[in-house]
Amino acid sequence: MGSRASTLLREEEIEEIKKETGFSHSQITRLYSRFTSLDKGENGFLGRIIKIPESPMCRRVVVSFREDQVNFKGFMRTLAHFRPIEDNEKNKNPPTSEPLNSRTNKLLFAFRLYDLDRDDKISRDELLQVLRMMVGVNISDDQLGSIADRTIQEADTNGDNCISFQEFIKVLEKVDVEQKMSIRFLH
Amino acid sequence: MEDLWCVAGAIFQLWMVVVVFFIMLPAMFGLSLGVTGVYIQILVKILEWATIRIQKGRQEQPSVPVPLHTGIIERARGSMEEQMGQLRCPRPPAAGEFCLSDAMYFCKKGLESIVDDQVTQRFSSEELASWNLLTRTNQNFYYISLRLTIIWGLGVFVRYCILFPLRITLAIIGLSWLVIGTTLVGFLPESSAKKWLSELVHLTCYRICARGLSATIHYHNKENRPQKGGICVANHTTPIDVVILANDGCYAMVGQIHGGLMGVLQRSMVRSCPHVWFERSEMKDRHTVTSRLRDHVAAKTKLPILIFPEGTCVNNTSVMMFKKGSFEIGGTIYPVAIKYDPRFGDAFWNSSKYNMVSYLLRMMTSWAIVVNVWYLPPMTIQDGEDAAQFANRVKSAIAHQGGLLDLAWDGGLKRGKVKDSFKEEQQKMYSNIIVGQNGIGPPEKCSQTKEDQ
Repeated sequence: MGSRASTLLREEEIEEIKKETGFSHSQITRLYSRFTSLDKGENGFLGRIIKIPESPMCRRVVVSFREDQVNFKGFMRTLAHFRPIEDNEKNKNPPTSEPLNSRTNKLLFAFRLYDLDRDDKISRDELLQVLRMMVGVNISDDQLGSIADRTIQEADTNGDNCISFQEFIKVLEKVDVEQKMSIRFLH
Repeated sequence: MEDLWCVAGAIFQLWMVVVVFFIMLPAMFGLSLGVTGVYIQILVKILEWATIRIQKGRQEQPSVPVPLHTGIIERARGSMEEQMGQLRCPRPPAAGEFCLSDAMYFCKKGLESIVDDQVTQRFSSEELASWNLLTRTNQNFYYISLRLTIIWGLGVFVRYCILFPLRITLAIIGLSWLVIGTTLVGFLPESSAKKWLSELVHLTCYRICARGLSATIHYHNKENRPQKGGICVANHTTPIDVVILANDGCYAMVGQIHGGLMGVLQRSMVRSCPHVWFERSEMKDRHTVTSRLRDHVAAKTKLPILIFPEGTCVNNTSVMMFKKGSFEIGGTIYPVAIKYDPRFGDAFWNSSKYNMVSYLLRMMTSWAIVVNVWYLPPMTIQDGEDAAQFANRVKSAIAHQGGLLDLAWDGGLKRGKVKDSFKEEQQKMYSNIIVGQNGIGPPEKCSQTKEDQ
């Protein structure tokens, strides 16, 4: 542990990740140490993350890495969504494309948690499945069904019985997404 | 050619004289020539100088990463209910209490665990705030200044060429003496003389082995030392814990019978005084284990049993869950807290990374091992307390004394998967939030949180 693993990550790669995600040099090296300690087979990617206390959504989060096997860049890209938006960043030269941790991108990440088949719509079935993940066996199918129906009713504005990304944004417009979808990384 | 052999022979003789007279004999009698003390003081001065150099160097080269032992992220405080309440307001959800933003809470918790969790960080070596001139702790620092690099190079030479051969010799002498001595004592008939001799043999061997690791041990509160017929309980960092504790008293060890060198040692040790060794098949049967230990404790004249209830090696920054089996045996528990000083060498045995031999070699090429051992006052199980609660009480006392973090996680998690019950508990809590305790959605829940804000 410690900084031993940082010698395996090349400077150019660190610079690339820094530009893409906005993490600082020391944060990247520390996260790389963590990545290698989770990467039990030393394959350079995470096949399965097994050794963590499971939150109900853990499997969903792991799947949200979007590939079967996550390499370090993919890992950092996902984590970048959770960087807090700092005020002084807005004053620096504006990036060419939207940074990964902007409000819209954070909302997109949350949207994809529900959108299981990645068709850019949350259907009733998908909502039910994710709800089931979060409550386990403690709520009956009927009750869960009515919760899902109510949620879709509220959010759906164009009547297609699914929640699109725009409708999702509308529902959550008053929620402090920046604060709640942020993890404070220490440097 | 002959001259070369003569010279080699002379050097070897000189070497043995030095080792035997200046190190081994004083060690056997518990005396010290004070050399180790001076060595440690010099080391401390050098390490302090190195720290200052590194700090100066870091200001000039800001790209060198700072090792942090406080973790990678800062976690939000508050229970699931509080955090979700904050997430939802100011928009009160309609009946049903479910909000699309709830998934964000779980997602964040999941990612936080992936990045930094309380358990796996206890199974890798502690990160030091500065560098202790051992490459194994940090590879970045020796580029900082030329002087530092020279001192580091000198350190490597001293450790590998001077200290290491010395320590290996001592270790070999110590272990062979253990085997020979205990076998000889084993031939004697049962008598108090035999007990006294066996204690002497064990003590002297462990003292030689401790010198073989350049171990400086400070014992505190010796009046609380474990008595016969008791059970000694300590936190576990490394197999060397046994040597550290046995330097100051004789214990009956508990463990599995191994093959190879360990097996030879175990079989000869049990000849001279009763240790409790199990066959691998017996260990799985908890009743057999408990009854054998109980018999041992009941015979009040036998040596105190030494048990490590964590069941696995932890990296000496925290104490993990104590398995309650040891606390069901009865008898008095004598807790002992062991804390290693990480500046002089990392004592933690990461069994997934190093096997026993490479671990011992690492130990013998560190600067030294400096340990603090605190004997705590004896504890017994109280009325109305079950074994698990008693175990937690003892664990807190040990953690408090040693300045370690008291964790409730099971050390066995390092090898096995997490039980589903953790996940189920979270799911239950969340279900309560959405639909309330009796299955019917109470809409006043959100107004409650609104009032709090």
